[in-house]
Amino acid sequence: MTAERRTQLLVASSPVLAVLAALAAGAAVIAAIGEDPLAIYTLLFRQAFGTGYGLGQTLFRATPLIFGGLSVALAFRAGLFNIGGEGQMLLGGLAAALVGAYAPLPALALLPAALLAAAAAGGAWGAIPGMLKARFGAHEVINTIMLNFIALSLVGWLGHRLFETATVRTREIAAGAVLPRLGAWLPALRSAPVNASLLIALLIAAALAALLFRTRLGYELRAVGLNAPGAEYGGISIGRTQALAMTLAGAVAGLGGVNFVLGYKHYFELGFTGGAGFMGIAVALLGRNSPLGVIIAALFFGALAYGGLVVNQRVPRELIEVLEALVILFAISARPLLERVARRWA
Amino acid sequence: MRAPAVQLHEITRRFGALTANDRVSCEIASGEIHALVGENGAGKSTLMHQLFGLLQPDSGEIRIDGRATRIADPAAAMALGFGMVHQHFMLVDTLTVAENVVLGREGAGAFGFFDRARAEREVAELGARYGLAVDPQARIARLSVGAQQRVEILKALARGARVLILDEPTAVLTPQEADELFVVLRALRAGGTSIVFITHKLTEVKALADRVTVMRAGRVVGSAPAEELSVEHIAEWMVGRVPAPLNERSSAAPGAPQIVCEQLDVRDDRGLPAIRGVSLSVRAGEIVGVAGVEGNGQHELLEAIAGLRPARAGRILIAGHVCTGGARAHRAAGLAHIPSDRLHRGLVPDFTLAENLMLGQQRGPRSGRGLWFGGSSMRAHALELLKAFDVRPVSPALQARRLSGGNQQKLIAARELSCAAQAILAAHPTRGVDLGAIDFLHRRLLAERDAGRAVLLISSELSELLALSDRIVVLYEGRIVHETTPAHTDERTLGLSMTGRSATGAHEALA
Repeated sequence: MTAERRTQLLVASSPVLAVLAALAAGAAVIAAIGEDPLAIYTLLFRQAFGTGYGLGQTLFRATPLIFGGLSVALAFRAGLFNIGGEGQMLLGGLAAALVGAYAPLPALALLPAALLAAAAAGGAWGAIPGMLKARFGAHEVINTIMLNFIALSLVGWLGHRLFETATVRTREIAAGAVLPRLGAWLPALRSAPVNASLLIALLIAAALAALLFRTRLGYELRAVGLNAPGAEYGGISIGRTQALAMTLAGAVAGLGGVNFVLGYKHYFELGFTGGAGFMGIAVALLGRNSPLGVIIAALFFGALAYGGLVVNQRVPRELIEVLEALVILFAISARPLLERVARRWA
Repeated sequence: MRAPAVQLHEITRRFGALTANDRVSCEIASGEIHALVGENGAGKSTLMHQLFGLLQPDSGEIRIDGRATRIADPAAAMALGFGMVHQHFMLVDTLTVAENVVLGREGAGAFGFFDRARAEREVAELGARYGLAVDPQARIARLSVGAQQRVEILKALARGARVLILDEPTAVLTPQEADELFVVLRALRAGGTSIVFITHKLTEVKALADRVTVMRAGRVVGSAPAEELSVEHIAEWMVGRVPAPLNERSSAAPGAPQIVCEQLDVRDDRGLPAIRGVSLSVRAGEIVGVAGVEGNGQHELLEAIAGLRPARAGRILIAGHVCTGGARAHRAAGLAHIPSDRLHRGLVPDFTLAENLMLGQQRGPRSGRGLWFGGSSMRAHALELLKAFDVRPVSPALQARRLSGGNQQKLIAARELSCAAQAILAAHPTRGVDLGAIDFLHRRLLAERDAGRAVLLISSELSELLALSDRIVVLYEGRIVHETTPAHTDERTLGLSMTGRSATGAHEALA
């Protein structure tokens, strides 16, 4: 049993080891271009976590990554690969912006309505590949990729009528739809853009953890993801469960759009996602598809994104992208590698 | 060419905390048929895997003709003259017999092209020499299981095997095919080849082996010439005690039909007819056994009744309800199902034991409250079931994939026999479990029958069908070709009707 326990611990720690290995490999790259790795990493860390404002910026960047990561993780638990987070987030952001700007609702109802709209739009965009999979067995990877392009084109087309003159952004939302900045309550964060979306993200993470591990639906969802024929044997409808999982995943990604739209700029702007929907795949991978893991991984990638801004005075900005890629590579390979090591020990 | 004498000396092999082989010593004399006998998990396969270079011993040595030899991998083992026929055949379905036999050492004919004609000629010659009749040009996918096994043996012989290791070779064969295999093995022995065969069927040991080595819990319990040992003696070595025969069973008192198939047509995965117009009824308080060589529609029949495969025509009634749609509807009508493939269907290997015990009942009252799943009552229920069915270890939070095959089977049986369903489908309920557990599961199935449940039993073990069934139907090419009762038949007669031959016609066919 002790060997077993050791294996489990080793495998569980694989994301941490992957990050450390990536940092080590990154250090070699930094040294190769004639800089001091330790100094660069210290700078990066200080920038991302050293001040209240920096922390706020890091958290702001981590927020959409949490949504994106949770979306991918949820779909993955049901055996699906959601590459469509980008499109879902884009449409979620647009829906939130439109409701926030145009819906003739009392101030109190406006914010909930805008949030719901974001989730509904993303959910609808996730439901399409989900239902195509359930009904026709059409592969969700292809369909979610394609739906990203369709979402982008759809927004461009709608933009003709919606965007302010000579811009690629919508009208500003009403005050009632604004998600307040956390700096309003925590002065230490100063004017950092991190906002109540982060709290929503954490809430969603907790809700998903409960859904997956504490409900009958979660049991069915995981059963389908782990062994679909076994789930079918247990009377679980694979198609229905996967369609539902994809819809929920889309809704979570869609909700991620509010960080920028309701919490930061207060309008929808083309390209606002900054790839957070795609990055969610890496986040889920590093976070090993667990809600808590996703939060930690999102924080890490958020720190890289913001900390990288200052580092580029000394090393090329592309270094950060190299680091991100290294983390992903190591995260993919760490687990099988460690399992082999553990077997050797046993 | 004489086969080398093989000596396994004080072999120890551990997997983590488990000692699979504990100072095992065993000698295989040149040109003998050596039966390696023991329950599941006794360490037989582990031992043979070390001989074939698939595993390395932690200590101890393998001596070949008296010389200590390290066997690094299967290639080295083959070079030394070992050949292994695994339980699951290692054949490429889409290639022909000849192509499979020469696979990996095709050689090159003119201009470096594969010389198919030469391969086919070689395979035909080899087959003729050892009495292994197979068509070199036939595609593997179209061969019967018995013929596929012959190809595996040919493959080993073509690589120059002088010591042939067979891992439970008869598990997938009909009695007739097994007899044919025995003829081949005896011919090989006469030609000087040594044969090690792993089994837990003791009648085969008596019928075939020169020498028997019995293993239990990783150790050799005893080794002796086969003629000096009685079946009872071997059984006692295997389990440490003699299992009591099943109690005199009460006569069946069948009630209302609980599982009914009417004119059922079912297709297989390729869309070909697998069940053709089968009508069948299992009443409360009776066990109906389905005999048949694998691949004659049992799998499809079972899946259709379980709601996992649509019926093309006909009706299925579970406890009086017409069932269409998925497995949920069939379960709701009152069906429990021990599936034939436990890792594919019966379990979610990455789920814990407690979670697996809820599969199929995940919406039921035991698995939680309202929308919620889990909780202390589920854990208590799991503990109770694990103990009652002797699933080891008794740890509800363990992943099911960590259990041995026999314990996984017991886990599934625990779940399906504890849900108080009126109708029970049991496919190979004791496959892979050891003698003690077989006895326990048999008693449980009989108890279910006596409690007024209807049981449809599918098994490849004819002795199991004969011991448990009140009626037996024989499935051949998707039809019920024969119906009988255990009192009116025996293994031989059943085996013959499983091959589509009538008992009387068979003698002529064999002659």
